[in-house]
Amino acid sequence: MHTVSNPAIPTSMEAPIGVQLSLRQVSKVFPGKRGFLNRKSSSDFVAIDEISLDVEHNTFVTIIGPSGCGKSTLLNIIGGLSEATTGTVTMDNRPIIGPGPDRGMVFQNYALMPWMTVADNIKFAVETVYPKLSTAQLNQIVSENIQLVDLNGSERKHPHELSGGMRQRVGIARALAINPKVLLMDEPFGALDALTRGYLQEEIERIWEQHRKTVIMITHSIDEALLLSDKIVMMTRGPAAKIDQILDVPFPRPRDRNSVEHHPEYDALRTEMEAHLYRETRYVEQSRI
Amino acid sequence: MAASSSVSSPSSSKPFVLNDNLKAVLVFLLSLGLFLLFWEVGANAKWFAKGMPTASKTLEELWWWTTNPFFDNGPNDLGIGWNLLISLRRVAIGYTAASLIAVPLGILIGMSKVASKAFNPYVQLLKPISPLAWLPLGLYIFRDSEKTGVFIIMISSIWPTLVNTAFGVANVSDDYLKVSKTLGASRLRTIFKVIIPAALPNIVSGLRISMGIAWLVIVAAEMLLGSGLGYFIWNEWNNLYIPNILVAIFIIGMVGLMLDQIFAYLENLVSFGRS
Repeated sequence: MHTVSNPAIPTSMEAPIGVQLSLRQVSKVFPGKRGFLNRKSSSDFVAIDEISLDVEHNTFVTIIGPSGCGKSTLLNIIGGLSEATTGTVTMDNRPIIGPGPDRGMVFQNYALMPWMTVADNIKFAVETVYPKLSTAQLNQIVSENIQLVDLNGSERKHPHELSGGMRQRVGIARALAINPKVLLMDEPFGALDALTRGYLQEEIERIWEQHRKTVIMITHSIDEALLLSDKIVMMTRGPAAKIDQILDVPFPRPRDRNSVEHHPEYDALRTEMEAHLYRETRYVEQSRI
Repeated sequence: MAASSSVSSPSSSKPFVLNDNLKAVLVFLLSLGLFLLFWEVGANAKWFAKGMPTASKTLEELWWWTTNPFFDNGPNDLGIGWNLLISLRRVAIGYTAASLIAVPLGILIGMSKVASKAFNPYVQLLKPISPLAWLPLGLYIFRDSEKTGVFIIMISSIWPTLVNTAFGVANVSDDYLKVSKTLGASRLRTIFKVIIPAALPNIVSGLRISMGIAWLVIVAAEMLLGSGLGYFIWNEWNNLYIPNILVAIFIIGMVGLMLDQIFAYLENLVSFGRS
């Protein structure tokens, strides 16, 4: 119904028009450990296997799949923190060869510097990416982004004085402050309690409406994916994980939880995702016995 | 619940309750009193070694030395304040030199797996050597008791700072490094803005251990060096005047405690919620 089957794999490097980020047959193999006298003591581990994906400008894409399916590996490759074993990743038709400030990253455990205040954490990022800015411009960007995530009054606090939800808002502000082309979020709400998570999801929706930057987010939550995304990429179980299906989410924006849940197609999408995730998770659990 | 709480804590006559700190202070004072009493009685009754001074005599001497810290009647009759300053000066020079070597070297070693493996044998071999084993070597090389004292402080207080700094730098959380990497920060910026601040709690606790060792070592070394608190003890031993030895021991302990507290404060200052 809403499914767009995995598109035939194009062989040319050139991405289709309107596509910002393009993955072509990306695989990641973690080599097995080598034991004494170079004999292999464990075999190679194929985390993701020939994944191809096109992400258009200004779309919110979530990647969902059973645990251990290589979602984070995929995001790290896009972020340039990890190198694809084979295949290419291009952004605006230029290959990604390492990390760079055109891709902002938000981490599950916030990764804020504990010795810096909220403002200093954001300032550190901006200053690193734009070293030639004047102090006034720098402070302007920092305060704008603190405003954006609604943290006014906490500028001088250190991360250990903040709640988990506030810390992640700093993480989001830091990632947005460098004005990246793409925002990469690795289970940004995974470490938060359910109420805070729900609140921050709506905050993300609000913030996204202001910038409409391309976002790639990893999640475990079906509701989160349906609330936020334009496209949902469902991955199969690992090892050698692939893309199983890509769902289009047709809900009009701006969204809120209530309007989304009452959309006529909500239940069908949800059922489809649940079926996929339960099936994959069942295989994962059974294979462990 | 409401009824019972209103019964147990009537607002008019609050029962006298000691909090834990107050209790601890009381137990401390009580035990100190008992100890001094036992000492006084025991010394008068000759329970201990022959010629052991009484508590009152020792406290009297402590009072005299601390109220007359700065007099100078030649090297064998020097106020305890002067001796303390001589010891502190040696510690300050030797310890500062040790820190100036240990911290940068520790950072370099911590950042490179090869360096840490290559330098580990030196550190492991030199670390367990008793400071006093260096004394003859120092005297032979420097032909000077002052320089030898500083040298011994340096060589023995270098290791904890070096080891802790290298450990702290090698174990900087991957998260911080990832952030730095995704922002495209230069190597130098990453070192100064991320790695060193992240390792600072480890560096400061290394400095704290080193300071403790420096203070331990100076007293022992000075027994052979002719001035300072250690020599004061040695001199009083030659005079066979035990109360002054006890006074010096007490003062050494107090100064060590204060030095340690300074570093405890610094540790707290750089922890930012990290344990």
